[in-house]
Amino acid sequence: MTETIVADYLGMTLQVDSLDNENQAYFGHCARHEFHLQKCDDCGLIRYPVGTGCAWCASGNFTWTPVEGKGEVHSYTEVVHAIQPAFKPYVPYLMLVVDLDTQKGAPTEHEALRVLGNLVTPDGVLAPPEMVAKVGIGSRVRMVFTDIADGLAIPQWTIDEDAAQPAEIWRYPDA
Amino acid sequence: MARIDQLDPELGASLREKYAIVGVGETEYVRGSGTTTRAMATRAVRNAMEDAGLKPGEVDGMMSYSAMDSTLSTFVSADLGIRLNFYMDVLGGGSSTEAMVGIAMGVIEAGMCETVVIFRSMNGHSQTRVGGTGARAVAPVVGEFLHQRSYGWQSPGQLFAPSFMRHMHDYGTKPEQVAMVKVAHSHHASNNPKALYNNRVTVDDVLGSRMICKPLHLLDCCVETDNATAIIVTSAARAKDCRQIPALIRGVVGRVSKPRADLHYEAGPISTVAGHYAAPRLWRNAGVGPEDIDVTGSYDAFTFTTMMQLEDYGFCKKGEGGDYVSDGTTFLGGRRPNNTSGGHLCEGYTHGVAMVVENVRQLRHEADDSCPIGPNGKRQHTYDHSEGGCRQVKGVEVSANLGWATPGTGSAMVMRRGA
Repeated sequence: MTETIVADYLGMTLQVDSLDNENQAYFGHCARHEFHLQKCDDCGLIRYPVGTGCAWCASGNFTWTPVEGKGEVHSYTEVVHAIQPAFKPYVPYLMLVVDLDTQKGAPTEHEALRVLGNLVTPDGVLAPPEMVAKVGIGSRVRMVFTDIADGLAIPQWTIDEDAAQPAEIWRYPDA
Repeated sequence: MARIDQLDPELGASLREKYAIVGVGETEYVRGSGTTTRAMATRAVRNAMEDAGLKPGEVDGMMSYSAMDSTLSTFVSADLGIRLNFYMDVLGGGSSTEAMVGIAMGVIEAGMCETVVIFRSMNGHSQTRVGGTGARAVAPVVGEFLHQRSYGWQSPGQLFAPSFMRHMHDYGTKPEQVAMVKVAHSHHASNNPKALYNNRVTVDDVLGSRMICKPLHLLDCCVETDNATAIIVTSAARAKDCRQIPALIRGVVGRVSKPRADLHYEAGPISTVAGHYAAPRLWRNAGVGPEDIDVTGSYDAFTFTTMMQLEDYGFCKKGEGGDYVSDGTTFLGGRRPNNTSGGHLCEGYTHGVAMVVENVRQLRHEADDSCPIGPNGKRQHTYDHSEGGCRQVKGVEVSANLGWATPGTGSAMVMRRGA
């Protein structure tokens, strides 16, 4: 029987309930540094975040499917004043909304698997200021994982060193 | 079956001007109420009843909304001698107000009760911080929130910011344009003796205030406030026996969502907000369009929320919200002032009710500013909108309220001055 996972991350308590089958599976894959999402058995579309039915056809049938963790920053915020005490030592930090390359523009033009995460170093630590200053809308990023506990890691984003970065990256116009 | 987005032009007109807001009430806008949400709610509802000229036996419906941070209808009704034929306390924040007005119309229409009071009471500064600091920031992260709070993504500003940034990216919207929302509302608040912050500010003040999370400076954000507010909805027939000129409800839409209410960012464009989906239904129900509106109450949790909603409800072309909020239109004395009380940015944060309260007073032509009270007991408005002066918009006939929960969910309402 699955057990409730209770773990500390940066002084925050993260809890994956034993009854939360979908999140147990999702974060279990992440703990093995594999990114898997639910693919609908009926319409074939992949969905994010974790859910109990298909966001397009309402089917309850799905299969966990490996998905490539590469994409482009669609939007972001740079947090200067942290709300959670856990994040205060890491400001400024980036919260990224990333368009995966997989299923981008499907099933309609403006849809994408937009996967959340912080900008982190390749080993999963919240990015230092000089790295934060490089990333904006259009940046190419790849997924890495921050290990938290047995059965629990969270997907994160780091700069994709192997990808061609766009000539212009949009960032908030600082004075 | 007809498609849901194919609106029958005849439907929606059936309840037009059949219901009205007949009473409004509030407590002081303060940081440090020194009392409970129950005590504040009781006072706000009592004030609304006195405003309408209604006695305890003449109110038989009650609704409230909260984020588990408030009192319940059971206690407030008991403290006011009200026996209820209908009550409901629901979870929710901004955008609940207009949605609840629609529900009130529905339950009265269904014969479930006659007159409904709606309240929101919150110690948003001294108990449960609206900005998410305090107890909420250290609560365990579970379930759906594992995908958000684990990333230091929790406060409303943090949650909405990717929409705001994308609007700047897609349309070239400038920080100095959006800052004008705060400038306008601060001008309005300077003519509102109740406002928590009634000093006028400049674009430089906004852009010079410290950054919270890009693109939001401190002065782009609303002010956490302790306050209770109440409005009373009844039939236009009963409104005739009330004390005030009624604000007739022409049309309502409530908690209209973008696709993917779980995480609206999945369905773009993310620089478009729920108002895009709500607008056709709102204007169909109200039987008017944006050009007919004299005064707006576009929810200002942040400067950007006001701008994006005005745009998506059609007050300007898509992408031109930055121009619309910075060209003088939305100022007192402009073509269509927004949030004449100073709104959530200046008067105080009330989760939306106070913007309806303000528009009801505007429609009565009785904005509670510093203008002298004449021999008839009514304010003698000067329409001089300079600092400390008049806040009444001359000749207001029709208003629109645009409520915001998130970029993905909103509500709205059109009212007209009754006789």
